[in-house]
Amino acid sequence: MGYKVIIRENWCKGCYICLSVCPKNVFEKAGLLDDRGIIVSKAVRPENCIGCQMCADHCPDLAITVEKEDE
Amino acid sequence: MKQEYLKYIRDNVFPTAFCPGCGHGILLNAFVSALGELDYDQDNLVLVSGIGCGGWIASPHMNTDTLHTTHGRAIPFAIGVKLANPKLKVVVISGDGDLTTIGGNHLIHAARRRIPITVICGNNNIYGMTGGQASATTPVGAKTMTTPLGNDYRPFDLVKLVKGAGGEHVYRYTAFHAMQMKKAFKDVLQKDDFSFFDILTGCPVQYGRRNELREPAKMIQWMKDNSVLYSGEYHDDKIMVGKF
Repeated sequence: MGYKVIIRENWCKGCYICLSVCPKNVFEKAGLLDDRGIIVSKAVRPENCIGCQMCADHCPDLAITVEKEDE
Repeated sequence: MKQEYLKYIRDNVFPTAFCPGCGHGILLNAFVSALGELDYDQDNLVLVSGIGCGGWIASPHMNTDTLHTTHGRAIPFAIGVKLANPKLKVVVISGDGDLTTIGGNHLIHAARRRIPITVICGNNNIYGMTGGQASATTPVGAKTMTTPLGNDYRPFDLVKLVKGAGGEHVYRYTAFHAMQMKKAFKDVLQKDDFSFFDILTGCPVQYGRRNELREPAKMIQWMKDNSVLYSGEYHDDKIMVGKF
């Protein structure tokens, strides 16, 4: 049983609040600029996610959804 | 925020008009989540906002009836809506410059008369949209565009102001306290009383860049480190959060 971290990347503005509030270090900055000139956040280690919803509650752009994965 | 709560926002206007890391977005997130968790009837809710960055929280982002009013006059419009149809839940969401500096008189009189509306002040300590001028909630010593050597004047303590004017249900949270904020929103959305929220949202761009808090993550950490939960004792040198 794990969690799925969905990032609506076209809403992300790259403030990286999710990087700072995540207790399990799930997020990382993307390596490249996207076509709007923003380095968005990526959930690179979703297997570490404990579903605490800190990122989803603190995202100012409403871009993150954390869902429970059904096995 | 869960996928099914997207019905409370107008997703065609997203991404938001806010700067990256703006705490007003965290307020919006908490409010949308509170509505979603209550499964609130969006046809029974009117959101009134004024001018400024704070005025953009509700309008155009929220998919309810919204009124975007003139500067400082969000509360009089909200009272008008409530008088016309007392069955509606009326919530004012606006900024500190709008609600307390330009429209301060309306705020204290709404508190005095205990008009059954909810007032949410997205307090970022500055006039963000117009370029970073000092407002009535800018802390002493803070550098702004109009006070480059530091603000000389004492700020309003909004909790004490509204309490002193007669408001009963008064809350303060910071952008770091998103979960507590959401819970408090859920409480007041189910009541029909005057309630006031002082939400310290923080402005990394206009306030933070002049006061060494330019990184949104640093701003959130600063709020976490400097806030204390209120439990009967009020410390003026800390950010007191909770229900007052």
